[in-house]
Amino acid sequence: MSTWRVARLIAAKDLRVERRSKIVTNQVLPFAGITMVSFAFALDKQNVLDTVAPGLIWLATTFSLLILVQRSFSIETDDGALDAMRVAGVDARAIFLGKAMALAVQLLVVEILLLFAAVVLYGESIQSSGAVLALFDTPITVGGVDVLLGGTSTGAQSPVVAVVLLVTTLLSATCGLAAVGTLYGGLAAGFKGSETLLPLLTLPAVAPVLIGATKAVESAVGTAGAVVSEGWQWVGLLAVFAVASGIGGALAFGPLIDE
Amino acid sequence: MMSPAPSPSPSSATVEGPVIALDDVVAVLGQFPALAGASLTVERGEIVLLRGPNGAGKTTLLRLCAGLLPVERGTATILGFDLSTQRELVRPHVGLLGHQNGLYLDLSVRENVNFWGRTVGASTDEIHAAMVRMGVAERLADIPCRKLSAGQKRRTSLACLVARRAQVWLLDEPHAGLDAAGRDELDATLAQAAASGATILVASHELERAGNLATRSVEVVAGQITALEGEK
Repeated sequence: MSTWRVARLIAAKDLRVERRSKIVTNQVLPFAGITMVSFAFALDKQNVLDTVAPGLIWLATTFSLLILVQRSFSIETDDGALDAMRVAGVDARAIFLGKAMALAVQLLVVEILLLFAAVVLYGESIQSSGAVLALFDTPITVGGVDVLLGGTSTGAQSPVVAVVLLVTTLLSATCGLAAVGTLYGGLAAGFKGSETLLPLLTLPAVAPVLIGATKAVESAVGTAGAVVSEGWQWVGLLAVFAVASGIGGALAFGPLIDE
Repeated sequence: MMSPAPSPSPSSATVEGPVIALDDVVAVLGQFPALAGASLTVERGEIVLLRGPNGAGKTTLLRLCAGLLPVERGTATILGFDLSTQRELVRPHVGLLGHQNGLYLDLSVRENVNFWGRTVGASTDEIHAAMVRMGVAERLADIPCRKLSAGQKRRTSLACLVARRAQVWLLDEPHAGLDAAGRDELDATLAQAAASGATILVASHELERAGNLATRSVEVVAGQITALEGEK
């Protein structure tokens, strides 16, 4: 069996386990929502929320990542399945890729919820200049007639380009977070006290994603006068980070879990 | 001229000669020589009981045979693969069942066996046959493993070993945690597996029960296999 096929099997298995246990829908999504509500309470000034909303989205994503990674590896260690995979000679790169893919899918769901939570909870600050609603500013053709669902577009900020920037930011940041989370999740799974070790290892390692994704989303939604063109360099950083952590993780995962 | 290394394909693992051949093997855990010159030969279809006190080296011997520990000295081959140089190739053909079963508890029996079988490219028929052979194909098939008894989990785990085509089964205290009925079930399952060609090493303190099951017993003391009983 090729590494890729085994990775797909592992990803499908992880997603099936989550569908059965409903941990993501019943616990992680509510946690992410509550985190956003808590930020809104703590920073109860509209001008502050306007400025920090993109950062809050990625902070909440990072916190949710920690829970998702813990969960992803607890299903492997509950009955010794990770050990069984290593004993069975399952390619460690396939384990890494499969678990990272499943984690990325779950993270994307969380991020989409967080974006909508930011629109709902932080309201006008994002809507006023943003690409989150730019989708609705883009005319769609219904019966040969162009229909504008949202308000007017944001002038110099091209809504379509802003949406593309937002989507590429989500995808590249998600890949980086999933790769780093899987790598450190595998490492921490073999240690006593993995619940506390995981945040210690993961949070510093994902700092580049937190910074880059926040800056890119600020550019996409036009926070504090940021323009879309400024966002691409951050997407580049996120993409490089995702590729580097993906390759590095795939190579390091086997020795790490064997130890 | 060097002989070509065996390929990792399952067919190449069906070699002639002993399935397990250890000669004066030394294996070290940290600084401690957990195996100190162990020698053992096991033929296909045998069930060999490893007896001995705690810390004697039984689990280390099983882990070495699973390709999880390096051979420091001596020669060791499993299914013709040299454990000194081909440990990664040994692993797909070997199943190690310890105190845990290696199951995904939220998935059903069928999904677990299917997953493990698919990792080696097993067909749907092959996977179903593995479930039938271990008696988990009907009533238990769609039950989440979390809801199974300890004995049923063991049987499911063994079905996973069959589905992923493990030819050498290394069992560490397989009767632990099972009630009388579960132990009887497990013994019947192992006897049937050996009759079908699986080679089984069992480390157990349940001498009477495991002794009745085994085709022969060996004693592991201080990292050496010091006494053999019933050698053919």
